[in-house]
Amino acid sequence: MKNAIIKMLLILLSILLIAWAHRTFDSYTLSILNNIGIFAILALSYNLINGVAGQFSLEPNGFVAIGAYFTALFLIPPDDKLDMFALVDPAPIVQHMHMAFLPAILSGGIAATLIALLLSFPVFRVRGDYLAIVTLGFGFIIRIFALNSPAYTNGAMGLNDIPEVANFLWIGTIALVTFIVMLHIVYSRYGRAMKAVRDDEDAATAMGINTFKIKTVAFMTSAFFEGIGGGLLASFLTTITPDQFSFLLTFQLLIIIVLGGLGSMSGALLATILVMGSMEWLRFLDDDMVIFGMHTGAHPGMRMVVFAILLIVMMLFARKGLFGDREIHEIIRDKFLKKGNA
Amino acid sequence: MSQSLLEIRNVTMQFGGVTAIDNLSFKVPQGTIYGLIGPNGAGKTTIFNIVTGNYQPTEGTVIFDGKDITGTRPDRVVKLGIARTFQNIRLFKSMSVLENILIGFHDQIPYTYFEAIFRLPRYHRYERRIRTEAMGILEEFGIAEYADNEATALSYGNQRKVEIARALATKPKLLLLDEPAAGMNPIETEDLSNIIHKIKKDYDLTILLIEHDMKFVNAMCETVTVLDYGEKIFEGPPAEAIVDEKVVAAYLGDFTHA
Repeated sequence: MKNAIIKMLLILLSILLIAWAHRTFDSYTLSILNNIGIFAILALSYNLINGVAGQFSLEPNGFVAIGAYFTALFLIPPDDKLDMFALVDPAPIVQHMHMAFLPAILSGGIAATLIALLLSFPVFRVRGDYLAIVTLGFGFIIRIFALNSPAYTNGAMGLNDIPEVANFLWIGTIALVTFIVMLHIVYSRYGRAMKAVRDDEDAATAMGINTFKIKTVAFMTSAFFEGIGGGLLASFLTTITPDQFSFLLTFQLLIIIVLGGLGSMSGALLATILVMGSMEWLRFLDDDMVIFGMHTGAHPGMRMVVFAILLIVMMLFARKGLFGDREIHEIIRDKFLKKGNA
Repeated sequence: MSQSLLEIRNVTMQFGGVTAIDNLSFKVPQGTIYGLIGPNGAGKTTIFNIVTGNYQPTEGTVIFDGKDITGTRPDRVVKLGIARTFQNIRLFKSMSVLENILIGFHDQIPYTYFEAIFRLPRYHRYERRIRTEAMGILEEFGIAEYADNEATALSYGNQRKVEIARALATKPKLLLLDEPAAGMNPIETEDLSNIIHKIKKDYDLTILLIEHDMKFVNAMCETVTVLDYGEKIFEGPPAEAIVDEKVVAAYLGDFTHA
């Protein structure tokens, strides 16, 4: 009961904070916050399949692309598409698809979920690293499809002038919802089963867990929120091209969830803020600095060097990431509230 | 004559050219503790893997509770009422003792994925119920005080208990124990045999166990089947097994033709 009240208060506080930030900050700060929010959604969902269920997968860029393209095509008014598609006319279905914002991003999520279901059948029938190989290839296929199907995606030119509906109210709230949903999954029989599959698949089967079903559920849930995140990204950036959804996007998310601790949702959230934030906050390193009266000169890219060094140092001192595979409240409980020694 | 709960009928298992189990048949009567013994590599664990559906036998059938379960998927076999432990303890290493037991309840919880996400009343009701039940099982094993400890941080003997408790949480009719007393000292073994007798009575279990410790087998089992190179060489009370010529030959070598 006490926990439920604390939880409600925390949720209420987060909503107030989001609303306050939305009204107070200037557009530069908000754009950083939006970036953090979108990446938090992506990192949280990626963490479910990769960290909680322990299935090494490299899928996010593919599903983010699907979500982004679906949402963008639903949002752009039909008449604008005729002007935008320069190489060939848009396919009739593409030209006429049009929806409000919320159904548009939801349809992006649902499309990603259905494709995840299709991928699950061949991939989860076997054990091993096949998932990584298949999802890596899948990301390339999506990108190549986007490049070579001008009637559907406008090819390499991408889509521009996507209505900018996604503000921090939308992005922050959806990130909050994602976080809560993920925690609810982790602390249910499904989350326990996912962790069991990660720890020991044979023992999980011996407990009556249908491992194929559990992995598929985890994969589809990840895909759904990655699709949603992609939709938000499209509407936030107002322009998308196939090259945005390269493997580098997945790689960045992988850094985030490993840094946060595979399997820890609060870790993923904190790591997103650290990684995405420091990309901005370390910008001063690129400029000319004065150290002990000496000018260093401008070195564009210096912040990436420092960032890499910081990452290496962190991984040396925290092998299992910031929070290991536990949530922040569990760590606080064990460190400060536990009476006696275990 | 009590009815048999598990029947192995003419089972043969070949791995490539190697015959691991050769035309083996035996029946485990309801409500008994049945032993499966034999030298290393005799095919005892293979039998377990066939019963639990991990292996599909080359020939023959497995009948459980009157139904043919040959080749049924392992997770379905658990639902039918067969639970197992592993020869080398396989606990979920990232979880606490309690969470390990909760996994055993996986299939007894009816709430759906969406009920879990939206935290509907059924979620709360069943999470509370299985926690109480899990603590009850831990108390029965005398390890309730370790509920919140990391499972792999426990002593070897207690880890064994957690593994058996976890199998018990799936509400089995038949419990398969793969060398439960391996690596235990005499006091721990004594403790374990008391617990096994107790849970057998309390949960109305039939137990099939693999064991090398003959003293333990003697104290536990009413009947044993002795395997050697996948063939049954003896079936009967354990006290007779240890004086049987063929059994002694299988363990120590054949002196008569030496």
